[in-house]
Amino acid sequence: MGRILRSVKLGMKSLMLHKLRSGLTVLGIVFGVAAVIAMLAIAEGSRREAQARFQMLGATNVIYRSIKPSDEAQLSTGGRPARILNYGLKYEDYDRILATVPNIKKILPIREIRKQIRHDEHALDGRIVGTTKDYAEFNHLEIERGRFLTQHDDDDYKTYAVLGSDTAKKLFPYEDPLGQAVKLGSDYYTVVGVTKERASTAGIGGSLAAQDYNKDVYIPLSSCRVRFGERIMNFRSGSMEAEETQLSQVTIQLTSTDVVSQTVPIIKGAVEPFHPKVDIDMTVPYDLIMEAERTARQYAIILGTIASISLLVGGIGIMNIMLATVTERTREIGIRRALGAKRGDITQQFLIETVVLSGVGGLLGVAIGVIIPKAIEQFVAETKAQVTWNSIILAFGISVAVGIIFGLYPANRAANMDPIEALRHE
Amino acid sequence: MSDIFSRNGGGASDRVVVRMTNLRKTYFMGHGSGGGLFGKRGGGEVLTVHALRGVSLEFREGEYAAIMGQSGSGKSTMLNLLGCLDRPTSGEYILGGYDVAQLDDDELSEVRSRSIGFIFQSYNLIQQYTVTENIQLPLTYQGNGVISEEFQERTMELARLVGLDDRLDHRPNQLSGGQQQRVAIARSLVNDPYIILADEATGNLDSATSYEIMDMLGKLNDAGKTIIMVTHEPDIAEYAKRIIRMKDGVIVEDGPSPRMLGGEHPAERMKMELSKHR
Ligand SMILES: Nc1ncnc2c1ncn2[C@@H]1O[C@H](COP(=O)(O)OP(=O)(O)OP(=O)(O)O)[C@@H](O)[C@H]1O
Ligand SMILES: [Mg+2]
Repeated sequence: MGRILRSVKLGMKSLMLHKLRSGLTVLGIVFGVAAVIAMLAIAEGSRREAQARFQMLGATNVIYRSIKPSDEAQLSTGGRPARILNYGLKYEDYDRILATVPNIKKILPIREIRKQIRHDEHALDGRIVGTTKDYAEFNHLEIERGRFLTQHDDDDYKTYAVLGSDTAKKLFPYEDPLGQAVKLGSDYYTVVGVTKERASTAGIGGSLAAQDYNKDVYIPLSSCRVRFGERIMNFRSGSMEAEETQLSQVTIQLTSTDVVSQTVPIIKGAVEPFHPKVDIDMTVPYDLIMEAERTARQYAIILGTIASISLLVGGIGIMNIMLATVTERTREIGIRRALGAKRGDITQQFLIETVVLSGVGGLLGVAIGVIIPKAIEQFVAETKAQVTWNSIILAFGISVAVGIIFGLYPANRAANMDPIEALRHE
Repeated sequence: MSDIFSRNGGGASDRVVVRMTNLRKTYFMGHGSGGGLFGKRGGGEVLTVHALRGVSLEFREGEYAAIMGQSGSGKSTMLNLLGCLDRPTSGEYILGGYDVAQLDDDELSEVRSRSIGFIFQSYNLIQQYTVTENIQLPLTYQGNGVISEEFQERTMELARLVGLDDRLDHRPNQLSGGQQQRVAIARSLVNDPYIILADEATGNLDSATSYEIMDMLGKLNDAGKTIIMVTHEPDIAEYAKRIIRMKDGVIVEDGPSPRMLGGEHPAERMKMELSKHR
């Protein structure tokens, strides 16, 4: 151990003899290692982000949403462009799923209506969500004050409302909202709870748009159904349009992730035959998670390979320099051999020098490789990077291995020199 | 002061440290495919150089010998064999009881690091190392390579001996030729070798510095060190007690140096000459 340490110290001296040259050689490794770490960090960051996004949707969930069919689809099926557009999930669908699909743990019906929410002179363009008690759990909502909706509220058609945090702040800037009334449509609802602020979700494409839960107001689905009905009137560019929808979304929570892929076809079989127009859309977070996992892995492999190539180039640079160094130091090798160095000692010496080069490069590369992703996060919007210990160990390991592999040939060349010839070398 | 200078006084003892018997060294220089299995005749000529053709020699402990001869007579070849840098083509070479001709490469290295001290014409110090590190170099190739406390002290003592104890952290390029050669002398002593071999040790130095170096070697010999040197210059050779002359790979003359036969000691003569010039 002491010997290796001494060799490292003396090796440093030899490298310091040509500071610029050693520095430039090290640079090749620095960039290689930094590139590996940074690229893997970016791959890992985007993997985790996708994971988290889909995880929020629930890995055991299957989500159906109503979508407005395109004009073409309406024409082809209905003839005239309907004045009253009837589309989306029906209560029948909900009942049928519940009755025929196995492996269901919970099922959540949701009806969303964009409407003004009022209290005295305060008003807010928000979203009325008619749903059941499970909504909070499904969407990771926490209660700030009061309570969320209950089974009883739904059973008894209560005119109770739970406010999102922004809704509460806007409508009740100075008062306690609990027990107060809010006006939704033409009816008054008593506020029974306020949710905590919740970060809005990003859209994941498809029918699941970005959601801002803070401007919501939640009411029992039963009350929503009887009080708002199914028909929503819109005035658009002078003419009036009406839409008829029963449910905006049904989220089916299955018992475990293992049954997701086998249950999805059953759900489709139960629902899709009744929707010849494409007016519903299914999202399976579990599939998306797996997909994200797959793309992330490919991404990591591609980025890792590109970065590794730069490490390889760094290694070739090291080998090139060490070969030049060995030739240059032929005389020194001769001296050492004459004074008792064995072949193995010479191999070891040059190997240590190469490994010191690549190791120092590796360490600097790790430092830079950790900083780069942070900088990218700062300057490039919407990019998350996550440096992992694995990537650091991998990159540093490769750099040391590169030192050994590319150092072996020059070191052996040095060791196999004839001492007498070497001593005669100018 | 030091044990290096104060060992059992001068003069050769009866203990034989080196015995060479009918030593030959032939270099084969192939042309093209020469020397190979299919090299037979015509394919390529093999040029053979008989650098040594049957040399028998003995050196006793405490001896001080100079090898002389024309260029190409085989002096360096001989010294390389003595120093275990090379193996003879045939013949026997016993160094301190070992038959060197039988040793493999690693064992030869081991012998060099423990039993032989080299002093070269061009000093051959390692440029990036300090004086201390250069002196200790042979020790790094012994055993586990760790420099013990005892060896640290020995290094200091040797540096003091060659008058460089105030230059321990200097690098070779910060030293004069003479000083570098003194570092090399200290280095050749650090492993307490059986023999010290010097190939043209004064070849790169002016006469005053040569005198200094030879004086130092003389003192070492007085302290019991066995020294074998190669030189072209007769006045340097006269420092030795025995002079061996070579020609075309054989020994043509081997006897005591003139000063042993009652001549003036060359050191005295040189001192006088130097004082004349001042
Ligand atoms: N590696 C070698 N390959 C072939 N021939 C060699 C080799 N080394 C030495 N010789 C030859 O061996 C002979 C003796 O060489 P050596 O170097 O021992 O001479 P020397 O007495 O030291 O000469 P000088 O005084 O010029 O140093 C010379 O003819 C030389 O050409
Ligand atoms: Mg010579």
